[in-house]
Amino acid sequence: MRHRTVTLFVILSILLLVLFVLDLLVGAVYIPIKDIWGTIISEEVNSATRLIVLDIRLMKAIVAVVAGVALSVSGLQMQTLFRNPLAGPYVLGISSGASLGVAIFILGMPLLGIVNNSAISSIGTAGAAWIGSALILAFIASVSTRIKDIMVILILGMMFSSGVSAVVQILQYLSNEEALKSFVIWTMGSLGDVTANQLQLLLPAVFLGLILSVAVIKPLNLLLLGEQYARTMGLNIRKSRYLIFLSTTLLAGTVTAFCGPIGFVGLAIPHISRMLFRNADHRILLPASALCGGVVLLFCDIVSKWLTLPINTITALLGIPIVVWVVIRNKSIV
Amino acid sequence: MIELKNISLGYDNKRILLKDVSATFSRGTTTALIGRNGSGKSTLLRAIIGFQPLMSGNIVLNGTDIKDTTALQLARQVAFVTTERVRISNLACRDVVALGRAPYTNWIGRMQKDDELVVMQSLEKVGMESYAFRTMDKMSDGECQRVMIARALAQATPIILLDEPTSFLDMPNRYELCHLLADLAHKENKCIIFSTHELDIAKSVCDTIALIDSPALHHYPTEEMINSGYIEKLFKIRYER
Repeated sequence: MRHRTVTLFVILSILLLVLFVLDLLVGAVYIPIKDIWGTIISEEVNSATRLIVLDIRLMKAIVAVVAGVALSVSGLQMQTLFRNPLAGPYVLGISSGASLGVAIFILGMPLLGIVNNSAISSIGTAGAAWIGSALILAFIASVSTRIKDIMVILILGMMFSSGVSAVVQILQYLSNEEALKSFVIWTMGSLGDVTANQLQLLLPAVFLGLILSVAVIKPLNLLLLGEQYARTMGLNIRKSRYLIFLSTTLLAGTVTAFCGPIGFVGLAIPHISRMLFRNADHRILLPASALCGGVVLLFCDIVSKWLTLPINTITALLGIPIVVWVVIRNKSIV
Repeated sequence: MIELKNISLGYDNKRILLKDVSATFSRGTTTALIGRNGSGKSTLLRAIIGFQPLMSGNIVLNGTDIKDTTALQLARQVAFVTTERVRISNLACRDVVALGRAPYTNWIGRMQKDDELVVMQSLEKVGMESYAFRTMDKMSDGECQRVMIARALAQATPIILLDEPTSFLDMPNRYELCHLLADLAHKENKCIIFSTHELDIAKSVCDTIALIDSPALHHYPTEEMINSGYIEKLFKIRYER
């Protein structure tokens, strides 16, 4: 068992490195590996190559890894907390909160006649998305302290997301073509829109979320037996729920804000890591999911560059068979 | 030792289950908690672990009022086995039992040598040591129940409460399980209370019987309880009606 675990971690780490390099190589323009290496160790190369390698490809590869890690870890947390194999990072309404923020920003502002307001436009799409998802999570967290049954929170989260989606649809319906198109493109997800400045926000936020996720490893293990058992074994349920929600907001909320809602990764990756590692212990499962998440999203990014399709279409087409397979094969995987 | 001091239990003042009840359950004894459906057996057990707020009175565990204890302190006093059927794939029995060490392990749940020893001993005490590396999703209800009891033992608490531990089991397994509980109470000097509908098993295995006849609770040594006629009164007379 231990042998298998170590082997898998080594294989996945190597795979992550290989795919990372491959992701730097693949793109619209052919750049020889020699030049890419040269840019990274800051040798003299022509400025166009430098720009493509550093600002576009390297940035995108880093974002792919960060997004994969963050979404998978938060998906794992949600599946354990809700004891539901079909839970994911978005069950609490993070993505619908984010899309509401963005919808108001892209669609609502022109409707209200607010254009070229520098204070508001400086928030940007990412800021609007983050505010939206944080508000939803704050609402869910405040409600959850008063609700005993975790299933009620799950249902509330889902109902709330549907309500928010309806509001977003109203905004879509009323908007002009141009605004509508830029909103729809945001919902398709993109790993390439993150700037170096934004990365300075993205990285610390995700890092903090990951630290929190490590801190809740023991609570998550106890929660495998359900909240009632966890409580009889000395777990402070409210505090744990709160920390898990906070961690998920930081992880999934931040990634969604900068990359748009990336579907299926957070749902499918925890299942893949459970299958690979054959373990339910979060001390193994958490780093395993993180690693698998990075690997899979790098892979999806490479495929999406190859086919020049939005990242969300690739994650969905890759994720759906896995989810279907999970449902058919094993109804009690969590 | 569990002391119930003039406790009243119920929901919203409308449904009073127990009123002004006092009783003492000592270590080294097994108690069967009997009563009709909805009479408050589970509610009483939940009250003892602090899940159910009291309407009045106090519950004192080994000299400390449960109001003054944290979840962690309580977890070192009482272990609880619920009616919930737990089936986690990819989690070996040994790991499930190891979760019982949670009140003693560090922030990430690291097991020391002593903890590992307690886990294996707990599995042995319920006769499940050969299942240590098997996962619960491929085991029978009786086997799972034993593993959950081993988990409660690993928690190393003076008190163990079980909510209808026999409900999914066949007749031989029910007897075996109750004998196991009685054995554990005597050998390990634990105070064990379990709710059940098995009157015959309760009579033949348990040291004392606590009977809820809402809003009263009668608690006597088994022999006395049988002679008192409370059981017949509660179960037969109502049946004839």
